[in-house]
Amino acid sequence: MTTLEVDLAGIKLRNPTILASGVMGETGESLLKVAEAGAGGLVTKSIGLEPRKGYPNPTLVELPDGYINAMGLPGPGIEAFAEEMEVALRSRVPIIGSLFAAIPEDFTTLAGKMEDYGAAAVELNLSCPHAKGYGMEVGIDPDAVRSIVSSVKGAVGIPVMAKLTPNTHRLVEVARAVEAAGGDAIVAVNTVKAMAISVEARRPILYNRTGGLSGPAIKGVGLRCVYELHEAVALPIVGVGGIERSGDVLEYMMAGASAVQVGSAVGRKGLAVFREITDGLMSYMGAHDLGDLREIVGVAHAH
Amino acid sequence: MLIETRVRERIEAGKGITTLVFDAPMEARPGQFVMVWVPGVDEVPMSLSHIGPHAGITVKEVGEATKALSCLRPGDVIGIRGPYGNGWRLSGGRILCVGGGVGMAPIITAVEAAGDPGRVAVAIGARNHGEIIFEERARSVSNDVRITTDDGSYGLKGTVVSLADTMMKEKRYDLVLGCGPEVMNKFLLKACKDNEVPCQLSLERLMKCGAGLCGSCVIDGLRVCADGPVFTGEQVERMAEFGKCKRDDAGLRVKL
Ligand SMILES: Cc1cc2nc3c(=O)[nH]c(=O)nc-3n(C[C@H](O)[C@H](O)[C@H](O)COP(=O)(O)OP(=O)(O)OC[C@H]3O[C@@H](n4cnc5c(N)ncnc54)[C@H](O)[C@@H]3O)c2cc1C
Ligand SMILES: Cc1cc2nc3c(=O)[nH]c(=O)nc-3n(C[C@H](O)[C@H](O)[C@H](O)COP(=O)(O)O)c2cc1C
Ligand code: FES
Repeated sequence: MTTLEVDLAGIKLRNPTILASGVMGETGESLLKVAEAGAGGLVTKSIGLEPRKGYPNPTLVELPDGYINAMGLPGPGIEAFAEEMEVALRSRVPIIGSLFAAIPEDFTTLAGKMEDYGAAAVELNLSCPHAKGYGMEVGIDPDAVRSIVSSVKGAVGIPVMAKLTPNTHRLVEVARAVEAAGGDAIVAVNTVKAMAISVEARRPILYNRTGGLSGPAIKGVGLRCVYELHEAVALPIVGVGGIERSGDVLEYMMAGASAVQVGSAVGRKGLAVFREITDGLMSYMGAHDLGDLREIVGVAHAH
Repeated sequence: MLIETRVRERIEAGKGITTLVFDAPMEARPGQFVMVWVPGVDEVPMSLSHIGPHAGITVKEVGEATKALSCLRPGDVIGIRGPYGNGWRLSGGRILCVGGGVGMAPIITAVEAAGDPGRVAVAIGARNHGEIIFEERARSVSNDVRITTDDGSYGLKGTVVSLADTMMKEKRYDLVLGCGPEVMNKFLLKACKDNEVPCQLSLERLMKCGAGLCGSCVIDGLRVCADGPVFTGEQVERMAEFGKCKRDDAGLRVKL
């Protein structure tokens, strides 16, 4: 029998497509809509300790092949997020709570709450390229990453995933730190640091001046990172970056991903993208006589 | 995609209400909106009040960004991206268009698109005479245009919803289109139900990305920017948050 089901660090997904963090993930009802649209898993918007407004607009630049965003991690804070989780859980699709903080203690507090709220796993945002003091600013230091991951691991029983940035030459070292600290999976990649300038107004467009590039523009970067990580660590890898068709998912899986996340495509192609991808995967499996997607994970490394 | 353009023309449409026409064509369906960037100030959603070779918006001054927009002069640089959203779905038969205040901006494009002065009627409401906009434009494409003001300074005294209710009782309509403050939309929805006329309402929520990504504009899980801003009466009736609360910049629920 052909199945799209995958096991990701012990989490059962009905298919390998997961909603990426930051896209429609701030409210319970919008997460429900994405589950209805066919996603196999849902990652929440990255949540911090306190409510945060994020940056003023412009927070998004649209490009022919992607977006540059500098939202500035807006969110209601962990306390208020309890009611959103309650609603999101009605989807019966695993909810992965994304978290951001600057120090291990705060990550631990957040992760404990997410576990209490019923999250199937937590994803540590060690990679946002545009929030001062958070994300990438801690995520490019293997020592900082090791202490964050090990302290969260010590505090919760659910799987702990680390989301990494491609904006460093130390990607592999950081991933090894996650593995050494007992992390359960690696999510790669977050957005690529970028900017856009208005030549008429002669100034950067984004309020924050720089932001993170996503969408098809970064697929080659994400794919390369997943390929390198597959050779360096034994942890399951979740591939993210520019995925909008089943062919993109297959490429990521052949590079070594066990599952994938889809972000920008929700804006570029609409929520129907999840079903389009899973239908495409089914036809590929049919045409190539594949029963289980596990058979293709990492196959590109044989050459 | 951001279109960097300049203001071509600035027209005072009403008291504190300004129309800006851009040096840029825009193909759009009536009811769609654009994100408008005023460099150095902000980027905000605005319905297109003019579609075609010279796109345009009509802005009511309520805060910093809308004040900056109102102060722009021909030649000033702005950025626009879009059009976004779904727009009105015009059906055959008779249509009643109801615009409250600056809600007339997307409504007028629907009145013009209806294409037959005999089948489209317009109810325009505002707080006072100065805030009535697009009356002449409406009269040139509709044989039945009626006005209300809250203070009675022009047209009938009263709310535009009670006028719309009267019009629905006078004549049979096949569709009602509405855009205005959420309380207006709420009572209009009720009037349409009472008169058993299907309706479409254009809603407003806080927008950041405008492109269906960030989720800041959601009402009951639907994105106003991508799934709306125009929703059917049935969709709106199912929204528990409609008429009650919205989300602030941090995504926290606040009472309307
Ligand atoms: C799809 C859509 C289409 C729109 N079309 C138009 C249009 O054609 N013409 C027009 O004048 N306005 C339109 N608006 C509303 C407009 O975007 C807001 O008035 C504007 O963002 C306010 O920005 P500001 O910085 O001037 O005010 P702020 O300083 O942000 O706010 C000032 C006050 O205005 C009110 N306000 C803020 N944002 C909104 C909002 N989104 N809706 C209603 N009230 C708000 C608040 O109560 C606040 O106290 C539209 C909104 C949406 C979502
Ligand atoms: C509008 C927007 C907001 C995002 N917010 C977050 C976030 O809060 N936390 C996070 O880890 N990643 C965030 N991301 C990054 C995505 O989760 C994803 O890693 C990236 O966009 C690449 O995938 P894509 O090409 O499929 O979009 C955001 C991306 C976008 C476009
Ligand atoms: S404004 Fe971002 S999803 Fe609607």
